[in-house]
Amino acid sequence: MSTMSNSLAETHVESLATAGLSQGDVSDFFALLKPRVMFLVVFTALVGMVVSPSNVHPIVAFVSLLMIAVGGGASGCLNMWWDADIDAIMTRTAKRPIPAGKIQPGEALAFGVTLSVGSVIILGLVSNWLAAGLLAFTIFFYVVVYSMWLKRTTQQNIVIGGAAGALPPIVAQAAVTGHVALDSIVLFAIIFMWTPPHFWALALVKSGDYQRAGIPMMPNVAGPDATRFQILAYTILLAPLGMAPVALGFGGLAYAIISLVGGFGMLALALQVYRLRQGEPAMRVAQQLFGFSILYLFLLFATLLVEHGFGFFRPVFG
Amino acid sequence: MADQKSSRSLTPEEQKRRRTRSLALALTLGVLVVLFYVVTIAKLGPGVLQRPM
Repeated sequence: MSTMSNSLAETHVESLATAGLSQGDVSDFFALLKPRVMFLVVFTALVGMVVSPSNVHPIVAFVSLLMIAVGGGASGCLNMWWDADIDAIMTRTAKRPIPAGKIQPGEALAFGVTLSVGSVIILGLVSNWLAAGLLAFTIFFYVVVYSMWLKRTTQQNIVIGGAAGALPPIVAQAAVTGHVALDSIVLFAIIFMWTPPHFWALALVKSGDYQRAGIPMMPNVAGPDATRFQILAYTILLAPLGMAPVALGFGGLAYAIISLVGGFGMLALALQVYRLRQGEPAMRVAQQLFGFSILYLFLLFATLLVEHGFGFFRPVFG
Repeated sequence: MADQKSSRSLTPEEQKRRRTRSLALALTLGVLVVLFYVVTIAKLGPGVLQRPM
């Protein structure tokens, strides 16, 4: 009995000792920031900055952009901390640092909170407190509203939660101008409307993963056919919205062409997803829509960046 | 309990990871110092030396 309890005690001490030691490498901590999402945040925020007429110092703009990126990374880190249990179940996320056992949950929490608070305070000091408040709201929305509340409770999780991913252009514009204008609100709306067809196309392919993890994604709850209809509906709204910058005057000739062709491409693929419902072709076209949606959003924002950042803007009207 | 935790010696791999983490933290702090200095100069501009006496 005594040998057994000694053995249990040793195991307990060993596990505590191991739990107290960080096993993470620098690259593991970097992976916690979701680098690919962070790139999207930087990219869309940069476009939010360049479309806004301002005379802010380039260094101030650069540091503001850096803090928006760090804030975005921090929210990704806190999302991974909260979702470690379901990440371990899904094949797409099982190798993330926490489920892989490289980083302790407590470390990720401390890392995420430190970066969140640091990025908001520095952005406030460097640019203004409107931008800092918007960044804090973005982090709160992604971590608390999306990750902790919506993700596991409603099939509309990524529709509402998508607002967090759409906010960076608004934060960036506020950082360089001190206010929020229609330009960045339109960029917000484009990303917001793009999110459902983008994620639901992935969810159609990976529905088994989400099912196992118990996440109420649209295909698992409403069924694949209802999801296909929703994808088509959102794409019908997205395609003309993608051209709104032209109507508002901050999308030039190149943007008009790209958004028109890209919008038709999105519509054609969404229609294919709606029509093809069985077997391998249905999965393939959903995968194609997922891939093309990334290209579509990238091209829209890259064109605005080239037009405004490199002096290639040619107005469509007048 | 705390003594037992601290008495556990680190493996060479753990020592290496701890060292890279410490270096990354030091580098981050250094970058922050430079960043604050550069932003201060950028925001204040020529007025950096003009202080009310």
